[in-house]
Amino acid sequence: MHKIVYKEELAPKTVMFKVEAPWIAKKIRPGQFVIVRLDETGERIPLSISGWDEKEGTLRLIIQAVGYTSNKLIDLEVGDSIRDVVGPLGRQTHLTEGGTAVVIGGGYGTGAVIPSALEQKAKGRRVVGIVGARSKNLVLLEDDLRAACDEVFITTDDGSYGRKGLVTDALADIMAHEDVGAVLAVGPVPMMRAVSELTRPKNIPTMVSLNAIMVDGTGMCGACRVTVGGKIKFACYDGPDFDGHLVDYNELTMRQRTYKPQEAEAMKLYESEIAAKTVKA
Amino acid sequence: MAIEPKELTPRERMKIPRQPMPEQKPEIRRNNFDEVPLGYDEETAITEANRCLQCRIPHCIDGCPVNIDIPAFLKLVTRGEFAKAAQKIKETNVLPSICGRVCPQENQCENVCVLTKKYTPVAVGRLERFVADYERSHNLVVDPVIPPQTGCRVAVIGSGPAGLTVASEMAKRGHKVVVYEALHQPGGVLFYGIPRFRLPGDVIKSELAYLEKMGVEIHVNTVIGKLASPQELMDEMGFDAIFLGTGAGLPRFPGVEGENFNGVYSANEYLTRLNLMRADNFPHSATPVYCGKRVAVFGAGNTAMDSARTSIRMGPEDVTVYYRRTREEAPARNEELEHAMQEGVNFEWLTAPVKFIGDDNYFVKKAVLQRMELGAPDESGRRRPLPIEGSEFEVDVNTVVFALGFGVNPLIIEATPGLETNKWGIVKASGETGMTSVDGVFAGGDIITGGATVILAMGQAKIAARGIHNWLIDKKGLDLPKEEAPVPASKAKKEKKEKK
Repeated sequence: MHKIVYKEELAPKTVMFKVEAPWIAKKIRPGQFVIVRLDETGERIPLSISGWDEKEGTLRLIIQAVGYTSNKLIDLEVGDSIRDVVGPLGRQTHLTEGGTAVVIGGGYGTGAVIPSALEQKAKGRRVVGIVGARSKNLVLLEDDLRAACDEVFITTDDGSYGRKGLVTDALADIMAHEDVGAVLAVGPVPMMRAVSELTRPKNIPTMVSLNAIMVDGTGMCGACRVTVGGKIKFACYDGPDFDGHLVDYNELTMRQRTYKPQEAEAMKLYESEIAAKTVKA
Repeated sequence: MAIEPKELTPRERMKIPRQPMPEQKPEIRRNNFDEVPLGYDEETAITEANRCLQCRIPHCIDGCPVNIDIPAFLKLVTRGEFAKAAQKIKETNVLPSICGRVCPQENQCENVCVLTKKYTPVAVGRLERFVADYERSHNLVVDPVIPPQTGCRVAVIGSGPAGLTVASEMAKRGHKVVVYEALHQPGGVLFYGIPRFRLPGDVIKSELAYLEKMGVEIHVNTVIGKLASPQELMDEMGFDAIFLGTGAGLPRFPGVEGENFNGVYSANEYLTRLNLMRADNFPHSATPVYCGKRVAVFGAGNTAMDSARTSIRMGPEDVTVYYRRTREEAPARNEELEHAMQEGVNFEWLTAPVKFIGDDNYFVKKAVLQRMELGAPDESGRRRPLPIEGSEFEVDVNTVVFALGFGVNPLIIEATPGLETNKWGIVKASGETGMTSVDGVFAGGDIITGGATVILAMGQAKIAARGIHNWLIDKKGLDLPKEEAPVPASKAKKEKKEKK
C-alpha cells in the first residue's frame, strides 16, 4: 500500500499526488515511469513521474481523469492509499549532448519533462521549456518548469495565456534563434508527431515518450508494442522514449484506441458508482 | 483413520482398471471457469493406489524430476492415511496440489510405471492431487518445522515454480529467504499463465501460505533489475546468494504483416488479462480484453491450449487452433488437446499465418493462411514444415492469439554484468550446482531452458538449491555436511540388494 501524503488540483480533472514509495524514489531516473493498480480489482496503468523526493521517500504523480481508473484515482484524498505502485520501469531519457535542450510538455505531459529538464540544467546545459495547452486553466506546473529551465514559453490554442498557437510555433522560433541540440517532447500523439516533423529536416535529435497501453510493464506481454524504424519495440521495456523521427504514430494512435468501447462501458459504471454514493450521502 | 490394507496379490492388483477422473461435462464447463477435473473420492483413490505393485526397483521415483517417493505415498493412500501421504510428498515437493494438476505425468513417473507396458500406469498425478486436496480441505495441513537458522540470506528473483521451490528448499535448510516478485501477485506463470479451470487460484494461494509458514518472505511489486541489481542485493542488502528464477516470459511474434493490429495478442498478454487481471469479469474487474466472434490461436503447445480453452469460455462463435505441423508434433499434453477438442475448439493442422488484414479501425478482420507439408527433420528432430505453393486462403478472424513459445526476458540479464547466456539469450548454469558465470548467482527454470514445464523448473530448482547450500557452507564456513546429488532410486535399491 502506498499512502497519498499530498494532493493538489492542478487543473480541472487533473491532480498531483505525492505517494509514498521509498525504494522507487531512491532509484528512479528521469524518463522512467511506474505502473499503479488502485485496488484489488483494479487495472494496471502506466503513469509518468514528474518528480520525486528521495529523503521523503515519495513520488510525484500527475493524473488526468480520462477514464474509469483515472477518475477513481483523482477521487482519492490525502491519507488514502494506492494498492500497488511498481517501478521504476523503462529506461531513462537520453538526450544528445551539445547545444540547447528544448523540453516540450503538451497538457499533462508537462510533468514528465521536468525531471529531464532539471537533469540537463544540472549538467550546465541551457534548457528551454515549452508548455502547450488548450487554454490558460490547463497550463500545469508552470512554476516548476520555470525553476527547471533557463527560459519557458507558453502557448495556448485559444490565446488565453502566453502565445496563441501551438508548441511547434514556439519551437520554430527557438530553432531560428539558437543552436538546438536535442528536443524532448511528451504529450498527446499529434503534438509529438508535429514536433518530430518540425525537427526532422534539420536533423535535430528528438525524443518522444510513448504512452502505449501496458499490462505488466516489464516486457512480458507485448501489449505496448510500437513500431520504431520498422522494428517492433516494447514501449515498457525498450522505451518509453524513442527517436521521434522513427515512430509509427498512426499505429500508436490506432492501438491506443483498442479498448474505446470498453472504456465507455467502464465510465458508465463509474458514473453509477458515484450516483449510488451521492444517494447514500 | 488407518484402514488395514487389503492384501492383494500382484495379479489381483493388475486386474484393477485405472480409475477414471470425474470431470465437468464439456457442454457445461465450456461456460464456466471452474476446475474441469472434479477429483477422486476416497474410495476411488484407495482403489487406484492399490494398483501400485510396490516395485522393488521403483522407476517412477527416477521418472519424477523432484524424486517424490511415489510408492511410499501410494502405500499410505491404500491405508487411507491421506494426510500422511501428502506429508510424505511434501518431504520432497512442497507444491503437491499444483504438480498433481499440471505435471505431464504421462512423460514422467507414469511413463516409466511398470504397468505401462502391458496395462495402464498408476494414476500418480491424480492421487497426488487427491491427497494434497484432502489434506487442505480437511484442515490437516501440519505446520512445517522451522529448522535451526544458519544466518545465511538468500534472495530469490521470481516467484514462479522454480523460485518457490528454491525458497522452500532454502527454508528447509535453515537459510533466510526473501522472494521478489515483479507482479502484484506471487506465483508467476502459475497465476498469470495457467487458467484457473486447470489450476484454481485458491490452490496456489494455499501453497504460498504454507511457504510463508516455513519462514519464506515474499515481496510483490518488486522489479529486481530496476530497483536493485543482483550485485547490489549481495553488496548492499546483505544477501549471500541470489537465485534467478524469472522464467521465460518474453513473447514471440511471428514477424508477419499485420501482427500489430488491435485484437492481436501474445498468449502472455491474453492470458494475463484473463487469468491474473480477471478480464472475464469486466467492468467489475477494471481490465478489459477483446475477445471477438472468431478467435484464432496459433501454436499447439500447452499455452496455446490454455488460450483456446479460455477463449471458448468467453463465448465466441468459433475458436480455431492453427498449427504448422500435425497433431503428432503438437507439444501440448494429449489431455490438453483432448479437453480442448471436447470443449469445441477446432483444429487446423499444417497451417501457418502469412499475414493479417485489418479494418478501418485497425482491428484485425482476416487472416491469410497457407497449408504446409512436412519435409526432412530439422535440428529439433521434428520434421520441418514447408509451405505448399499456391495454397493460401483467407479466414475471418476478430481475435488472434500467438502462442509460439517464449524467449528469456532480458531485464534481469541486463542488470547482471558478466552473466553468460547462449545465442538465444538463455542463461548458462551448471547442471550440477545451478551456478551461473557470476559468483553467488544461481539460476533455474525456464530462464536456463527457454521454456519447459513447471516440474522441470522445479527439478532444476532443487539442483540449484543444493548448489546454493553447498556454496554457502564454503563461503560462510558453516559447520554442516555438504550434500551430494541423490542416487537414483533404481540404482540405490539395486546396490542394496547386491549388498544383501
